[in-house]
Order: sequence, then C-alpha cells, then structure tokens
Amino acid sequence: MKVLYFAWLRQHTGISEEQVSPPASVRTVADLVDWLRGRGPGYAEALQDLSSIRVAVNQEFATLDAAVTEGDEVALFPPMTGG
Amino acid sequence: MTVRVQAEDFDPGREIEAVTASNTAIGGVASFIGLVRDMQDGTGVGAMTLEHYPGMTEKMLAEIEAEANRRWPLQSSLIVHRYGRLEPGDRIVLVVTASAHRQAALEACHFLIDWLKTKAPFWKLEETAGGEGRWVEARATDDAAADRWKAPRRKDAAE
Repeated sequence: MKVLYFAWLRQHTGISEEQVSPPASVRTVADLVDWLRGRGPGYAEALQDLSSIRVAVNQEFATLDAAVTEGDEVALFPPMTGG
Repeated sequence: MTVRVQAEDFDPGREIEAVTASNTAIGGVASFIGLVRDMQDGTGVGAMTLEHYPGMTEKMLAEIEAEANRRWPLQSSLIVHRYGRLEPGDRIVLVVTASAHRQAALEACHFLIDWLKTKAPFWKLEETAGGEGRWVEARATDDAAADRWKAPRRKDAAE
C-alpha cells in the first residue's frame, strides 16, 4: 500500500510518500491512521487531530471509514487551500 | 474543456483568445484570475509556495469542469492553476468560461473558482516578510461559497 502525505503532514512525517504493509487488522482508513501513528513521534504529531485531516483513496476523496486494501494509494492531507 | 497544472506563468489574453478561437457560437466569455496578495490576516506575505497532488489535481479539476459543463451550456472552458513558489502580484489561477450568453458564462466561472478552492488538492505555504513559513488554513467562508452551488442547476435555466 502506498501512503502519501501533503503540506504540514509531510513536514511532520518527514517524507512525502512510502510503501507500507500494515497487518490484516487494518481494514479502513481510520485503522491505517491509527497504525501509522505508531511509526514514530512525527507520525503521531501529524495524525493527532483527525478533524484536520482529509483523505483520498486511489485519488478519490474518502472518509475515515472507507476500506483500504493492498495496492491502494492512500493520501493524507489538510483541508485544501487552492485558488 | 481544458485543464492545465503548471509551474509557468500564463498570458490571460492569449489564453482567452485560444478559448474563443474559431467558435462563433460564443457570445459571452467570463474569466477569473487569482493573484498572490501581499497581505494575509494582517500579516505581510513575502512569497507563497503552492503544493499539489500530481495526478489527483488534474483529475479533480477535470471533474469540476465536467460538472460545470453539465450545469451550464458552455461552448468552451479552461482552468489553469500554477504550483511552486510565487510572489505577491504573481498569477495563481485562471478560469475561463464561454457560452452563447453571458449568464451561463458568468455563473459557471463563479462556480468553478468556488469549487476549485475547496475540492482541488492544493495547499499554500506562505512565507511571512520575515521568511517564516505558515500553512494557510482553509476558511469557513470558502466552504460556504462552495456550498452555495450544491444544488444542481438545470442547463435550460441558464438561458
């Protein structure tokens, strides 16, 4: 599974993307975020406040209860500020 | 229907001309150009860096543009959005819509910039005049502006 981080989430994790192999118990975006938090203090900080995080699965907006599986591209980022 | 995401600047006059070229069914063209402001929430802005999600950005812009075309009878449309480091006065975004009549062009243009701000994966990092970095926070007023367009309009309502 590929995970991408943008804006201040990227600054906290220190990387913009990575390949991860979460355990089978990780079935949703919320599970994944919970699991990623354990990867280090930067992750814990980036993923601390779920209300300020938006998610895309395979480049489509998704919610925390969306299913994720091997081979998916999951992006985590703050609310968007384009335009 | 065209969408471009690029680091380079664009020439609004040329872009508008290209949108309308050789289509004499067009009777009205609307455009919006977003620029980097030198001030944000009372603090001076020295520069700004726009980050985006390559792939998804183009996809979302194309989806938003397709939605505008479903709602209004457009002859042509264009969205150009820049990324990278920009300075006050620099152009960030261009939206051009063309239709037989002004109402569809004006409304679709307004819709596109409102939706783009909350639905396209871009993030702005501002440098204050002192060189400090600050991520721009999403505004509730931008969400409200996007929400105004939630109810789909019928194409024939735009005549």
